[in-house]
Amino acid sequence: MELNMRGMNPELVKNTKHWLMQYAIYLVLLAVIMTIVILEPSILSVRNATFILQQAAPKLIIALGLAGLILLGGTDLSAGRMVGIAGIICASLLQKPDYALRIFSNMKPLPIIVPLLIAIAVCLLFALVHSLLISVLQIAPFIASLGMQMIVYGAMSLYFDGVNNSSPIGGFDTRFTKIAQGAIQIGTFRLPWIVIYAVVITILFWVLWYRTTLGRNMYAVGGNKEAAVVSGVNTKRVIMYVYLIAGLAYALAGFLDAGRTGSATNALGEGYELDAIASCVVGGVSLRGGVGKISGVVIGVLIFQVLSYCLVYMDINPYIQFIIKGLIIVFAIAVDTQKYIKKR
Amino acid sequence: MMNAGEYLLEMKNVSKRFPGVQALKDVQVNVKPGEVLALMGENGAGKSTLMKCLFGIYKMDQGEIFMNGNPVVIDNPRQALDIGIAMVQQELEQVPHRNVMDNIWLGRYPRKGLLIDDKKMYKDTLQIIELFNMNIDPRAQVNHLSVSTKQMADIVKAVSYNAKIIVLDEPTSSLTEKETVGLFKIIRQLKQEGCGIIYISHKIEEVMNISDRVTVLRDGLWVATENTKDIDSNQLIKLMVNRELGNRFPPKNKVIGETILKVENLSSVYSPRLQDISFEVRAGEILGIGGLVGAGRTELLECIFGLRTVAEGAVFVHGKDVLKSNRNAKYSGIAMVTEERRETGIFPMMDIRWNTVSSSMEKNRTKAGFISLKKVEKNTQWAVDAMRIKTPTLKTLISSLSGGNQQKVLLGRCLLNQPRILLLDEPTRGIDVGAKYEIYQLMIALAKEGKAVVFVSSEMPELLGVADRILVMSNGRNAGIMDSQDCSQEKIMTLAAKYL
Ligand SMILES: Nc1ncnc2c1ncn2[C@@H]1O[C@H](COP(=O)(O)OP(=O)(O)O)[C@@H](O)[C@H]1O
Ligand SMILES: [Mg+2]
Repeated sequence: MELNMRGMNPELVKNTKHWLMQYAIYLVLLAVIMTIVILEPSILSVRNATFILQQAAPKLIIALGLAGLILLGGTDLSAGRMVGIAGIICASLLQKPDYALRIFSNMKPLPIIVPLLIAIAVCLLFALVHSLLISVLQIAPFIASLGMQMIVYGAMSLYFDGVNNSSPIGGFDTRFTKIAQGAIQIGTFRLPWIVIYAVVITILFWVLWYRTTLGRNMYAVGGNKEAAVVSGVNTKRVIMYVYLIAGLAYALAGFLDAGRTGSATNALGEGYELDAIASCVVGGVSLRGGVGKISGVVIGVLIFQVLSYCLVYMDINPYIQFIIKGLIIVFAIAVDTQKYIKKR
Repeated sequence: MMNAGEYLLEMKNVSKRFPGVQALKDVQVNVKPGEVLALMGENGAGKSTLMKCLFGIYKMDQGEIFMNGNPVVIDNPRQALDIGIAMVQQELEQVPHRNVMDNIWLGRYPRKGLLIDDKKMYKDTLQIIELFNMNIDPRAQVNHLSVSTKQMADIVKAVSYNAKIIVLDEPTSSLTEKETVGLFKIIRQLKQEGCGIIYISHKIEEVMNISDRVTVLRDGLWVATENTKDIDSNQLIKLMVNRELGNRFPPKNKVIGETILKVENLSSVYSPRLQDISFEVRAGEILGIGGLVGAGRTELLECIFGLRTVAEGAVFVHGKDVLKSNRNAKYSGIAMVTEERRETGIFPMMDIRWNTVSSSMEKNRTKAGFISLKKVEKNTQWAVDAMRIKTPTLKTLISSLSGGNQQKVLLGRCLLNQPRILLLDEPTRGIDVGAKYEIYQLMIALAKEGKAVVFVSSEMPELLGVADRILVMSNGRNAGIMDSQDCSQEKIMTLAAKYL
């Protein structure tokens, strides 16, 4: 990275470097995707595009929630497990009444909103505890969320084991699968409902980030917490709200993702947090806090999903897929770090 | 209650202790409506700490605050703002990647229903900026502004609270004379409106000009409160430093040798950028570097020390281009003590021994390459003796020493490498008056040994009293070098504004 810059026009060096830093990750990913398209032109189809959007939708909701925490200068390793616990709760309470392996076999079918609300309540509770670890006990977000990840996973597995002996939960109520798997038919084009939900949620997040006091305060707390404090911002409350909103997003994503896949185990959500963090970073949400855009998160999630889908589509060895994704994450973070590092 | 209402604000018996230093002890201060109270004292006297206690940033160990005669409790800045106290801090706190108006209205964004009213925010911002006769774009990102504009933006913010008490902590340290005049106009206007202003500065002329009364602090103690018109600047200085003017600075070294350090057409890459800086320093000489905060003084030292990317130019030590040789500055005979002692100087969790030897570890090894505790202690003892460090033992945590003694440990750390050139950035910042004199003595003694000493200072009397020559920086450039005998505070100020 260290160029020999003595004797070169410093302004030009600076601008070129700045431009490269700003767009390097997009260029690289574009190149990767172009290569894939050239190798496998059949990938360019409406069907594939629909699949990609469908898969990206719950991930976008997770990433939007998590992006707020990154914007505060933190991170959240528990996101995937939060999604998982919400998914398992909804799955277990929303099986077909006539399904042979129904867990709560004597229970009347619940209105669909009830399990969703229960999942939301559980996620909000965990998010509240999580935010207190950060704001009151001032634990480093990485460690706090690592702890929360294990706690949530343990709780989820206990529940899963307790109600269903650790066998996959399936046989979902059709109302549930319709919500998560259904689509509007526009001519020959199927627009999945789940994509529409994601769009609506993105708009809500857009308003929240840019047009509300909480959103602005979130940028301030992430950009310079001391400045927020001396301006009279209640930073603990800001942190708490951002965690609660993330918890809400995880719960919605869990509900939708369980319904989308049609069955759930305690592995649901595993690793989602890493995809979400990677998408945020690729989309320019800085891990140093205080910098990031909704559009960046959306682009990051889409790019990452396109990439994952293509790799699977091309039948690339899954272990190699790991390596490719890992490299991209490291590269994205390296670029991000360079961007905001204090240049001397 | 006698005479309730005479004072807008009273602080009584305020004490505050930090590890190793009693920053405030039984201090009192009060402000009447419509007056400017100057809070004076040398660096480290406790002015900022007192105001941070008032603003709820620090919790006082002891003390009471009264507004209009009524006791108030201030636990955080929110409460301070709510009861009508606003403050511009010495070290600005701004959100770098956000724009000016987002920073100004942070904590009280105007709203329409649930949403922020950006239009009103923009209009209101323009309105108060106009009041100041300034030219700032409310939508400009704060970290793209110059240091003085940032400072002005923060002053605008404090005024916009419509507070009854406005605290300005060294607001002019990065401002030019013209900007300062503008600020004084605003202050006078606020006075008319019945605000009480607490104005912190250690620039005597400014204080004589703007203030109605002066409270002087020295080493965390209240010394005096006087009407400005009843006191002259010499008396004021005497109160601040508690020493006859004559012997505030030790006698200088007279024997100047050959050139040791030569800086030629030095320019740097990243902002704040240095442009085309040249100067020489000779053995036995002390070169002071003056200028406004943000003029690039620290950056100049960092460039010489090899901490910054150099675009052009050269640094010669004894005729050898040390930037080209690509070795650690330490091996070229350069040592540096940084400005932010707590951030970039000491290792707070380690004791004096490790703080002393940390940059000369290779001299503290056994033949096999392990660390020799015996050598470590011998070297530390040398530093403690030579620098006259006051410490109970060598194993005392450095953070429990006073600022002055911490600074001496850092000097000792440098000297263990036997440097020929010493770069000292604000060497007397945040240390008590007695320790300052000792630091001056050490600097002059080192010059007498034939070392070249370069130091940055914001205190002009210190530049005039200690340096042989003074280089004034202005906006990243060398605005001029003067012999300190022919120099004056006015000349320094004029040069400091040369390239703005
Ligand atoms: N956060 C802190 N931690 C430890 N010591 C401090 C802190 N802030 C100030 N001090 C010390 O308290 C004393 C007073 O500092 P300060 O109030 O900044 O002085 P002034 O503003 O008058 O220059 C100094 O000795 C300084 O080193
Ligand atoms: Mg101060």
